Amino acid sequence: MSEALLCCSGLSVRFGGLVALDALDLEVGSGAILGLIGPNGSGKTTLFNVITGVYRAAGGRAQFSGQDLAGMTPQRIYAAGVTRTFQRSRLALPLSVFDNVMIGNHRRLHHGLWFNLFRRSELRREFESNLAKARALVATFSARLAGRMFDAAGAFSMIDRRRIEICRALVSEPRLLLLDEPSAGMTHEETRELMDDLLAVRSRLPGLSIVIIEHEMNVIERVCERCAVLNYGRKIAEGSYAQVAADRQVQIAYLGTE
Amino acid sequence: MSALPGIASIAAMALYAAFFLHAESQAQVLGLVALAVVGVPVLARVGWIARTATSLEAHPLAARSASVAALAATIALFHDQHFVMLMLASVALYSVACLGLTLQFGYAGVVNFAGAAFLGVGGYTSAVLGPHVPHALVLLIGGLLAALVGSILILPILRTRGHYAALITVAFGILFRSFVEVNDALGGPQGLQVKGMNLFGWELNSPLRDLSFYANYVFVGLALAAAAFVLVRRLERSWVGLNLDAVRLDETAAAVFGIDVARWKILAFTCGNFFTGIAGAAYAMMTGFVAPNSFTFGDSLILVSIVLLGGLGSAWGVPLAAGIVLIVPEKLQALQEYRFLLYAMLVIVILLARPQGLIARPAREYFPK
Repeated sequence: MSEALLCCSGLSVRFGGLVALDALDLEVGSGAILGLIGPNGSGKTTLFNVITGVYRAAGGRAQFSGQDLAGMTPQRIYAAGVTRTFQRSRLALPLSVFDNVMIGNHRRLHHGLWFNLFRRSELRREFESNLAKARALVATFSARLAGRMFDAAGAFSMIDRRRIEICRALVSEPRLLLLDEPSAGMTHEETRELMDDLLAVRSRLPGLSIVIIEHEMNVIERVCERCAVLNYGRKIAEGSYAQVAADRQVQIAYLGTE
Repeated sequence: MSALPGIASIAAMALYAAFFLHAESQAQVLGLVALAVVGVPVLARVGWIARTATSLEAHPLAARSASVAALAATIALFHDQHFVMLMLASVALYSVACLGLTLQFGYAGVVNFAGAAFLGVGGYTSAVLGPHVPHALVLLIGGLLAALVGSILILPILRTRGHYAALITVAFGILFRSFVEVNDALGGPQGLQVKGMNLFGWELNSPLRDLSFYANYVFVGLALAAAAFVLVRRLERSWVGLNLDAVRLDETAAAVFGIDVARWKILAFTCGNFFTGIAGAAYAMMTGFVAPNSFTFGDSLILVSIVLLGGLGSAWGVPLAAGIVLIVPEKLQALQEYRFLLYAMLVIVILLARPQGLIARPAREYFPK
């Protein structure tokens, strides 16, 4: 097996007395798609928050391509190539589609005060090339959306907002993409459309690793090669979807004993 | 879309402003206020305001020329009247300060209820350095000192959010006022005299021909306001403006996409205080004195209300709201204390009708045509 891109070992997170993640071991290889499932409160989003530096681990290690993520700020983790979407879409709703995508492109833009105030012709070139790039990226998801780059993100439906969020996460060409329940709040039809989009992204970017949290089992079955099941902060099963679905412990966690 | 509706509206506004500034009796003033309160919603209902806006957006050059012409005509009309010129200069200088506040809480979301304290830092700089240092430099130092004094507040502001950060600035504003009040070197409660402005040998307190000497301050105030306006607009239409918005709207999401939240809050807070300090230094030179009572919490609230009334983050809203907030109470003098009641009601009515402010901030266009 090739060297894992993301490698968690014994990773633990506590909130006061509550153990949100309990000595979790998890590996994600380069170019792999891992599905992360488990009942509510099982620690899936907490894992994303630790990997992206929003929460701090109480114990264990998380390594991203050899770098220890512990003690790294969210900003540095982003610069290393990890991006994400949020469970409850956290777009800047009053800002335009373009603005939202550009927030994700932070590490490719020039932020000097002098540059931005007084070197307007250079800024203009940077703006135009990034507009073309953002438009092309958004167009791979929806041509209609790409035609409305300067409309407020809040003016769009749930599925379009999710697309904008995924574009925000993809525009900086990350190596690891964390998708936190991309189907939340969408109809079955919309979910299917979004998964088509994701698979299309995947075929264009074979090197991209993805971890996807999902409650929709058919999404997991369709998109992921492998999946891990969490319960009360522990990993209770890992393997292909068929293996995991047949697992006795997983059935208990989801359906209860009996 | 022709430029005509836009130009006509600017002319109408200038005419209205002229009547308002000229009105002597309370009946006239109240009549004009009532006309606006009734007339503006009617114009909005029939779509005239939207037409004006699209017309002005489509013809920026015409819009700018018409605004300059309207302003020049107003100055020419009232050139020898101290009161009107003082009002115009005050509106220009308050606009500079409020553009600073726009950077702070309009864009970065850093609240500042100590605006008057930063005006005060500028004002006292003028009083102390005025007799010794060239005044162009005094303005600059006033801004720099305000930015420096503001840096004391940065640490507590970065560590708190929302109401708590607001409360810290409130406390700082009160602290500043008490500090100058008990400080005898700064004149104590009586304050200090400030020399009139002298820019490169141009004595602003000696009038040009038959103009009011305040007209000189109108020119300087307008120049400062124009510079502040251009800077704020350019900042907004850049990646820096985008970062500030991202920080205001969602700090966690901003951090996850590499945006250094603290850096941009510090930048906005410092630049905003710099603007406010410059405005305070110039204002003190115009009025000729500084005293603790000019820099109360109430004065800070006036600055905040200008920004909110104009429309949070709206650069064009600032001068318009500054005009209303500064001039309306002055014109209602005869109502004595009741004027604040009427004025407060006016502000409430405006904000009920237009919660997004008089001129809502438009979506960011990095390079508008």
